[in-house]
Amino acid sequence: MEHVVIIGNGIAGVSAARHIRKLSDKRITLISAETDYFFSRTALMYVYMGHMKFEHTQPYENWFWKKNNINLLNAFVTNVDVENKILKIANSTDVSYDKLIIATGSKPNKFGWPGQDLKGVQGLYSKQDLDNLEEYAPNKEVCKRAVIVGGGLIGIELAEMLRSRDIPVTFLVRESSFWNGVLPDGESTMINEHILEHHIDLRLSTNLKAIIDDGNGKVKSILIEETGEELPCDFVGLTAGVTPNINFLEDSTIETGKGVKVNRLLETSCNDIYAIGDCAEQRQPIGNRRPVEAVWYTGRMMGETVAQTICGNPTEYKPGHWFNSAKFLDIEYQTYGWVFGKKGRPEYEAQFHWRHPNEKVCITLSFHKESRQFLGINTFGIRMRHEIFDRWLTQSKDVDYVLSHLADANFDPEFYKKYETSIVAKYNSDFQKNLKSRKKSIKRIFQFN
Amino acid sequence: MSNYDRSMALTGQPPVSLSTNQKLATLVGMFGLAVLLLAAFNINFPNKTLWLTIALSSIFSGTIWFAWDAYLDKAPGIKNDGVWFKSISSRGLWGWVAGIALTGFYIVLYFFPEYLGLVKDGDNKGVIALFDPLSKALSGNPASQWFVYGTLYTVAILAFGIKFLWKYRHNKYERIRTMSVMFFQTAFAFIIPELMARLNGSSVLNGGSLPYYDLKNIWPLNYYNFEGYRIKSFVSSGDIGLALLLFGIASIFIITPILTYRFGKRWYCSWVCGCGGLAETVGDPFRQLSDKSQFAWKVERWVVHSVVVFVTLMTTAVIYSYLGNDTSKYWLTKPSFLIGVATLLTAVFVWAMVFKRNQLQKDAKYGAVGYFVIIMSLVAFHFLSGEGQVFLFKSETLRKTYSFLIGSIFSGVIGTGFYPIFGNRVWCRFGCPMAAILGFQQRLFSKFRITTNGGQCISCGNCSTYCEMGIDVRAYAQKGENIVRSSCVGCGICSAVCPRGVLKLENGPLEGRIDSNQVLLGNDVDLMKLVNQK
Repeated sequence: MEHVVIIGNGIAGVSAARHIRKLSDKRITLISAETDYFFSRTALMYVYMGHMKFEHTQPYENWFWKKNNINLLNAFVTNVDVENKILKIANSTDVSYDKLIIATGSKPNKFGWPGQDLKGVQGLYSKQDLDNLEEYAPNKEVCKRAVIVGGGLIGIELAEMLRSRDIPVTFLVRESSFWNGVLPDGESTMINEHILEHHIDLRLSTNLKAIIDDGNGKVKSILIEETGEELPCDFVGLTAGVTPNINFLEDSTIETGKGVKVNRLLETSCNDIYAIGDCAEQRQPIGNRRPVEAVWYTGRMMGETVAQTICGNPTEYKPGHWFNSAKFLDIEYQTYGWVFGKKGRPEYEAQFHWRHPNEKVCITLSFHKESRQFLGINTFGIRMRHEIFDRWLTQSKDVDYVLSHLADANFDPEFYKKYETSIVAKYNSDFQKNLKSRKKSIKRIFQFN
Repeated sequence: MSNYDRSMALTGQPPVSLSTNQKLATLVGMFGLAVLLLAAFNINFPNKTLWLTIALSSIFSGTIWFAWDAYLDKAPGIKNDGVWFKSISSRGLWGWVAGIALTGFYIVLYFFPEYLGLVKDGDNKGVIALFDPLSKALSGNPASQWFVYGTLYTVAILAFGIKFLWKYRHNKYERIRTMSVMFFQTAFAFIIPELMARLNGSSVLNGGSLPYYDLKNIWPLNYYNFEGYRIKSFVSSGDIGLALLLFGIASIFIITPILTYRFGKRWYCSWVCGCGGLAETVGDPFRQLSDKSQFAWKVERWVVHSVVVFVTLMTTAVIYSYLGNDTSKYWLTKPSFLIGVATLLTAVFVWAMVFKRNQLQKDAKYGAVGYFVIIMSLVAFHFLSGEGQVFLFKSETLRKTYSFLIGSIFSGVIGTGFYPIFGNRVWCRFGCPMAAILGFQQRLFSKFRITTNGGQCISCGNCSTYCEMGIDVRAYAQKGENIVRSSCVGCGICSAVCPRGVLKLENGPLEGRIDSNQVLLGNDVDLMKLVNQK
């Protein structure tokens, strides 16, 4: 029987394993040196904050794997012998494979800062990172101040985590406003305000120069590039993005760039070897997407796709319309389609922005300047229905249609305050229009005619 | 794992540590409880009205002071920091202490009310005597252990309801729902029945007297509603009594199915019901303790449906035992009643099997077993029963057994006493026959579902962790499936704690409500067709 080996038991690897099992009775081995069982990486923050125990982050009960005949192996792969189809395992016997899926995910970026490998300096990605965080920042006595370097999604999560234990946090952000490489200005400004509301010492346009050793190999303080200020701290979080975790492939013949190079079938340069998830790099970017996509959903989608290919049904990775979501402290964020920040905004993209006068709620819609075709939406503090936006994007609706039917897309819990009227009023005044906000229609939402 | 300090000290690290305000508030609340405890040990308080007021308002204000300090200086949002570090909410020592204390209270309440000061003939003593002035003011009668319990129950729902309102002040669904349970407890469970008691013997009731009747308490939760003594009192109380009796019958057979069809069983379980009201307010800190394993789900289905079979048989037996055989005296006789019950059950069974068979799948045979057991028992009633007894037992024995095992031990001692150990909905999930019947309707014939928002789920597990009914919500959400489960009480917390806006409770069209296909959006449409090929 064909033996499929998957390196990495994150969402990509596990999705692949589950779908291969659905489609076939191939032998499946899932290798990980991180944890015995699959857990949701995105939920690690809730373990530190005491919302959940670690076992709650595991989507499947422990019996699931045996019942579905998916073999789990806790081991570290050191090399891939492509010629002989053999994996070298640290301190253990080799594992041979017929088909190999590389799904090893990412690791936190380190940009060569002095002191970046000291104790108490780390990213937040793996289970081990969580364990180390508990060691170096268990409470505000042991950790009198924490510094976070890098203003992105993980950075703000780490800040929220540390604040839940009352640990003072200084947040160094290279950009002039939080995550404004991605978010339009209005939204980025609102998040800046919200960060301050949570008593986080936010330092914009500020870079890390060096991390100082206390003489025992542990962090004592950091130096700030712009001011030369020395900031005493017991913990430094490095959250300036991630990079594919593929060091173990250095000696193999598999072609790599930033990540493992793959074609649309998720095949690497070597026969019978595939790469999916964070560690895969598309040879040709798909649409507006980046060649390496370190996102939960794309990992899952690639796992589903590669399972089809491996089970004899060659299928191209064809992600649909872009979507994503996050939570900035108390503010939920969702995005559908493309809305660009200042950086990299195409010249044809126009935007409409609305913000509530006193609540932390706002949206930005993007549309084509000439055709007025709807291109995407960012929402903060309002939940939207994925299915509806997916449909509108597929049907190339224009921005007027989207705004007047916004109530159909609302996904907030029942009885929540509605903002559509106020949003449409602002749009009318911005663009000299005379739109009316239409009432929510169950018929339209569920497509009954 | 987490080497977070789990010491017992109330002065631990944030987010567990108590502020000065919270310590004082705890003292105030404890003082109120201590007054009641002293009264229970027969310390005679001179001015009962004054001391009862002091005790109840200490408990009330201690609780809301604590909550005020915990939530009001924080930004609105999810407040679950440290839930699994706190001893009380993570089955730590305080959790066990609270569990044992509550369990002890229920055992005394149900089986040894004399220790609370209940005196059958003569003046009450102890803590029950302390409640006499309030009871007399409301109903004109001296207090009983049930009046003491009802008062404390109401105070608890109101005080912890306010706590819950502050905790979820950003969430309007939670706020409205909580105000609803607070209202129904205070008005329907507490004040109205007490005032109704004042009518007893009056001309409005033709000189009859109504049984104690919490109008929102519907059979089979209110398993004693159709017992002989209650029917006699209803019938003896003129038009009002008859109207109430008819209302009791209509509640389960007409009102309940209509409301459940439109809104799901939440209209009752998390908006109206008293058990639900306590679980959602006092029990809220313990919701994460429910067991999410598949094994627990199997146990749940067997146990709760067995209770339904039990309560149906018991009620049938009880009614059967007081009916006569002579049609000339009363139109409803023993045989016609049995035939009526059998016809109704058969109609429900046939309807489910014919119209819903593709949704029932393997559960169908369990349903068939339950149905078969009941029908056979009914036949046995007819042939093997004599006067005052059904089958081999006296109907009274059956009733007492149910009342002891289900009414007292399950719903009280285990259901509430074990909040801090098994979570706050043990009774509702494993024991309540009303919840099972509503759940059956919700699963098969209701517009209610929890919609999953396309492909946005990140499998974090907050929804499953905080589901008080032990539903593994994530298992559905991560596949893009809607959640349509008979046990869901619609509390809305899964939707509230979701960090990605994936879940929405809503009433929508029946078509496409249960879609067992994987409907993950984001992937190419052709692929989803392949994934769903069976």
